[in-house]
Amino acid sequence: MGFAGHALDGVARPSPGRLVGQVTPVSLADQHLLPVLPELRGLLPGGGLRRGTVVAVGGGPGSRSLTLSLLAAASAAGSWAAAVGVADLGVVAAAELGVALERFALVPQPGDAWPAVTAALLDAVDLVVVRPARRVRPADARRLVARARERGGVLFPIGEWPEAADVRLTLDGTAWDGLGSGHGHLQARRLVVTTGGRGAASRQRRVTVLLPTPVSGLVPISDGMP
Amino acid sequence: MSAVRTLVVWCPDWPVVAAGIEASTPAAVLQANRVVACSEAARAEGVKRGLRRREAQGRCPDLVVVEHDLGRDARAFEPVVAALEALCPRIEIVRPGVCAFATRGPSRYFGGDEALTALVAGTVGVPCRSGIADGPFAAGLAARTATPEQPTIVAAGTSRAFLADFPVSTLERPELADLLVRLGLHTLGDLAALPAAQVLARFGPDGALAARLARGLDERPLAARTPPPDLAVSAELDPPADRVDRVAFLAKSLADELTDELARQGLACTRLSIEAETEHGETLVRLWRHDGALTPTAMAERVRWQLDGWLSGSATDRPTAGIVRLRLAPDEVKPDLGRQLGFWGGSTLQDARAARALARVQGMLGPDAVCTAVLQGGRSPGEQVRLVPWGDDRGTGAGSAPGTGRGGAERAPWPGSVPAPAPATIHVQPVPAEVLATDGTAVTVAGRGLISAPPARLSISGHQWADLVGWAGPWPVDERWWDPPAHRRRARLQVLQHDGTAHLLAVEGGQWWVEATYD
Repeated sequence: MGFAGHALDGVARPSPGRLVGQVTPVSLADQHLLPVLPELRGLLPGGGLRRGTVVAVGGGPGSRSLTLSLLAAASAAGSWAAAVGVADLGVVAAAELGVALERFALVPQPGDAWPAVTAALLDAVDLVVVRPARRVRPADARRLVARARERGGVLFPIGEWPEAADVRLTLDGTAWDGLGSGHGHLQARRLVVTTGGRGAASRQRRVTVLLPTPVSGLVPISDGMP
Repeated sequence: MSAVRTLVVWCPDWPVVAAGIEASTPAAVLQANRVVACSEAARAEGVKRGLRRREAQGRCPDLVVVEHDLGRDARAFEPVVAALEALCPRIEIVRPGVCAFATRGPSRYFGGDEALTALVAGTVGVPCRSGIADGPFAAGLAARTATPEQPTIVAAGTSRAFLADFPVSTLERPELADLLVRLGLHTLGDLAALPAAQVLARFGPDGALAARLARGLDERPLAARTPPPDLAVSAELDPPADRVDRVAFLAKSLADELTDELARQGLACTRLSIEAETEHGETLVRLWRHDGALTPTAMAERVRWQLDGWLSGSATDRPTAGIVRLRLAPDEVKPDLGRQLGFWGGSTLQDARAARALARVQGMLGPDAVCTAVLQGGRSPGEQVRLVPWGDDRGTGAGSAPGTGRGGAERAPWPGSVPAPAPATIHVQPVPAEVLATDGTAVTVAGRGLISAPPARLSISGHQWADLVGWAGPWPVDERWWDPPAHRRRARLQVLQHDGTAHLLAVEGGQWWVEATYD
């Protein structure tokens, strides 16, 4: 033992303070981010969905599709998603936009129990879309936001939400392509999205995305679209 | 294993007797133009089983011919069995005309095999022969060798010797008998003399069974079926519990008890029935399914969630009194083969956590309230989805991988289906709408799928008129025309409003509906 102690004499011993710094788990910013499709990265601060935040998508037609497409990349990467109270959800559209249906739980009719259901789902599900049954009490909203922050889920409220959202995406304009007067069919849509929110998201930006993209797979980026 | 001593009652020519024909009348019962049974008088004329109708009538011109009717045979045999039941219970009907019962009890009660057979002959009331031997097979052959006056009684333990001289055709296995004869094994005695292992190796299980019969052993030595044990566990609560935490402890111990018992039987529970009884006699039952085996913790967890759901439900559903009795019953069990988690993908920790959360929501709202969706074939976007309650089998193929999990039915052509992309909002109840042309007349779709005029304006459920800037279709659909109540004729139309909102409209019987919105 004396020999071992002698050998250590020359080694600089770390002070307890430095040790704490070394053993504390380092959490990297990208561990707090859930991925989104590359086309949507420009909409979100940090280029992904930050865990524990509320993302509100609102303003006119296209908001439902935009919400579903925000789920797509994380869902494909293994995260679970859930929709509470969205009985009229187009599941085929969700699948087309890239949501993995086997990890997409649907609770179409939660009734008055929606806050409890949403809270239970936030325990284990990363992405929860919720449409409240009626006007949301501020206390319920606060509780859900706190639960999302605690468990690292992302909450997507549809409709009115009393709490300020961390990221707010508002649709300003929409234009469909592919539909003529009696010919063709709906193919692609250009959405103009204004971003806003709190903190890093507070800087307003206008981004144009194609959602859905044309079925052919060719994504036109010219300005020639109607 | 020695065979059960059995008495077989055989009523000869039963199809003829059942048809109500006297034995002195030459008669034959035919099925598919072949004689299956004939009366004694007809047999004396040379009629026998297997003859064609023409041949039989040729041998015996005044033959009475009756069609075979198994139902009639069975009905006519019922009084015979009922009469025998006065002597002893548990009579087995081998087929109409032949029945058997174990003689151990009756024989001792009535004073021996001879007395029993005499009693049987007196009881039956129709011509019959009876034989007693070890096992139903030997007893059946004994009955065939008996005469109406003299039953054949084979002494216990001598059935093998009794059977030795019968031809192998009596085994009623024509293919095997044919093979045995060609191999030089003509009698049951020849077959019985072969070593059992070699018989099994050469002739398979059926041959081994035949050899057992030839040795005078029982036919079904291994299929002894014990009734499934009652695995349900239950416990009383005194005083009645109205809070979940009080029941939760009990649930854990019950779950432990149940899993111990299941493990002892080598079973795994895949569906658990949770039953609670309240002080007022209300019974609450809910089934819980799980694709793997339920561990005691998982069971206890489900009991807790379920009780939570019951006790904190809305005032109308909540039980009116405390719970006095809790019962866990395995509703579906399977042999416990263990469960292997996937190595690549498959079940992960995250999936397990999500599964628990979903099960918890099921406890609050009921098992059907939480679903996942499976894509399937269909024409409208709503029809292309099947909701599967969480925990149920999602089926194979469809939806197994994002984008690629497309099953066969989904790929099949669905003429009239709406082209992709699918609408993100599908109205649960279609919303009534009105569609007008530029000249203000209502737009209609004719029976041949032609639209009367280009749609120009749309009003949804009586609201403001919106101008339409684009439209496509109609896609006519004629569904289930072979089934009048379910038959539907519709035509679908995509329309684009001036403000950029696109709808999927359907017209049926002149009425327009908004089926979905491209939200």
